[in-house]
Amino acid sequence: MDFSLTEEQTLILQTAREFSAREIAPKAAELDKSGRWPSEIIPKLAELGFLGMAIPEQYGGAGLDVLSYALAMEEVSAACASCGVIMSVNNSLFCDPLYKFGTEEQKRTILAPVARGEKLGCFGLTEPMSGSDAQTMVTSAEKTKDGWVINGAKNWITNGPHADFILVFAVTEKVDAGPGRPPKLKHTAFVVPKGTQGYSQNPHDHKLGIHAAHSCTVFFENCHVLDSAVVGGVGDGFKVAMATLDGGRIGIASQALGIAKSALGSSVSYAKERKSFGVVIAEHQAIQFKLADMAVELEAARLLTWRAASMKDRGVRHSMESAEAKLYASEMATRVAHRAIQIFGGYGYSTEFPVERNYRDARITEIYEGTSEIQRIVIAAGLLRS
Amino acid sequence: MQFELTDTQRHIQRAAADFSARIIAPQAHAIDEHEGIPPQILKGLADLGLMAVNVPEAYGGSEAGVVAYSLAMQEVSAACASTAVTMAVTNMVGEVIARFGTTAQRERYCPHLASGEYRAGAFALSESEAGSDPGSMRTMATRNDRGWVLNGSKQWITSGAFAGVMVVWARTADAQARPGTRGISCFLVEGGTPGLRIGRAEDKMGIRGSNTAALSFEDCEVPEDALLGELHGGFKIAMMALDGGRIGIGSQALGIARAALSESVTYAKDRRAFGGPIANFQAIQWKLADMKTELDAANLLVLRAAWLKEQNKLFSREASMAKLFASEAAWRICNEAVQIHGGYGYIREFAAERHLRDVRVTQIYEGTSEIQRLVIARSLLAG
Repeated sequence: MDFSLTEEQTLILQTAREFSAREIAPKAAELDKSGRWPSEIIPKLAELGFLGMAIPEQYGGAGLDVLSYALAMEEVSAACASCGVIMSVNNSLFCDPLYKFGTEEQKRTILAPVARGEKLGCFGLTEPMSGSDAQTMVTSAEKTKDGWVINGAKNWITNGPHADFILVFAVTEKVDAGPGRPPKLKHTAFVVPKGTQGYSQNPHDHKLGIHAAHSCTVFFENCHVLDSAVVGGVGDGFKVAMATLDGGRIGIASQALGIAKSALGSSVSYAKERKSFGVVIAEHQAIQFKLADMAVELEAARLLTWRAASMKDRGVRHSMESAEAKLYASEMATRVAHRAIQIFGGYGYSTEFPVERNYRDARITEIYEGTSEIQRIVIAAGLLRS
Repeated sequence: MQFELTDTQRHIQRAAADFSARIIAPQAHAIDEHEGIPPQILKGLADLGLMAVNVPEAYGGSEAGVVAYSLAMQEVSAACASTAVTMAVTNMVGEVIARFGTTAQRERYCPHLASGEYRAGAFALSESEAGSDPGSMRTMATRNDRGWVLNGSKQWITSGAFAGVMVVWARTADAQARPGTRGISCFLVEGGTPGLRIGRAEDKMGIRGSNTAALSFEDCEVPEDALLGELHGGFKIAMMALDGGRIGIGSQALGIARAALSESVTYAKDRRAFGGPIANFQAIQWKLADMKTELDAANLLVLRAAWLKEQNKLFSREASMAKLFASEAAWRICNEAVQIHGGYGYIREFAAERHLRDVRVTQIYEGTSEIQRLVIARSLLAG
């Protein structure tokens, strides 16, 4: 039992904190309002090694541990949740599976430039009618002599409009499941470069929050890729997706921590300045108790997240722990941001202060990379299995 | 960041788990019903070193650290919360004496607490009109030529009826000269001291097996060297003891909740409705998932506070966070456990009903949830 950070982790934390305060936070409100892509921030994240943090240096990464990644994610997200998710998708949903399941060739030619942040990755699992339930996937890939032809659409693809590569999942086999039952789908993951014929992107979506993190629907129309595009084994796509999401959930939990930290920090400052009934509102127990609950829940979420990260670092199975971290942190972030708005009163509802942005940004963390409902299924399954 | 236990911690945890499952759990129902803990159970805990887990070996303790103490508390609490609170207070008394006592005081009391020669220790701070606000206490200690004379009464004293030694707080200066908490001192009073009267045991909602007594001091004389720590320095001792005590109560809440969850999982797999085990329903799965998530979060908060204390780092805010979160989460978990058990959750045949009664007090004693929130908010706003 040791709850302290290593020197390296402390250094990463400080670096991320200072960088985010200096380079990102001053722009966060403008990024949210304009909804523009933070193209000047991404190369700076790359320079710090934040776009391939837990990837070994030989494949272009920073060679750090998952806990350091969680720390940096929290800090970047505290400044701007859009920047946080751009970073998270590149790290967790693209680099991580490429490193874990990719061929040596894929790691050298695709992973390395993405981990260095020269290129950007995205992840295509969700479809218009297939989210939490991968058995309803429609996108398919059919075998040709030297490769595969992919057809279908994927939506809510974060980084999609800008990404140089997509890791896309398609049905490659339908196994007969017996009379009267739908066939069981087997999936395969493919890595497809932008510009491949038949692969196109819609303009970016309009969302409640994380405005600067562009997502879009992407289309595959007779998109031909070579056998060398397969990531992991043919038919192993579901396994690749689930293992990836176990890691991704640590990233999103950390994003939620950052958003909540920002909302709590703003609330503490505001409560010490704003006066009512002759005293600063921080003197009222009504406000003190809200702040205390926000802080406690934030700490609880942080420890769950760090535990999951530390388990991933040790290479032990962490599906249930990641699900707990992601479930608790995301719902916590929404509650904390909600209370922050309450503490700010009317100012909390105005776009002049960051807490309304925190509230909008927090909301997505309960949905993407597995909704809260999916996390509960994962946790309950783990409990009932034992 | 490293979440594995050391060998010592694992050893203590196993010893506590084994004793709890084998000896305590089968008697938990009877302990609740008959409102008393068999003395052999308390002695058995002492024999395993669990009555002085964080007391130096030189004074008979196990010197296994605060994390080990939390783990042991969780195990015992999972079996019987009444036994656990008796153990917690005894541990706290031993620790306070080891920390603030003179060598003579340590040598005189710690070994008796550790060995089980004293069935328990007690901690007498609260009064009928002074709970969260100890500055308003009225019990007085005045000097005479032989030592100190105590007058006043104390309330909610766990193990007050049979404690071998109790830590008693009393006012040592009049309220004008040293108002509030600045005129309070701490005394060690042995069970059976003339002038110490034990009131009747409280009839409580839960932890019914533990004794909760009112005490009155009527010209109760204690020697000069019964003073623990500095004169008028009692408040500091109380606050430090409570900071540590909160880790104990957080651990108690965790243990109760863990038992409630595991019984719920078992029940959900057995009990059938609408053609299948109720564990197949998302309504039940959701509850179980939330219970597990909050339990794990509470566990991490408690162990983090324990670890900080063990490292001699500041841990007051973290202990408050741990106690607040663990006690409230544990209460929610026990409440859902009753719900999952349905009618069987409401009757005494299943433990779920006892868990819900037992867990309720963890939001009250050793600082109410409201006090924890004040501590946390103060620390947040000071930054």
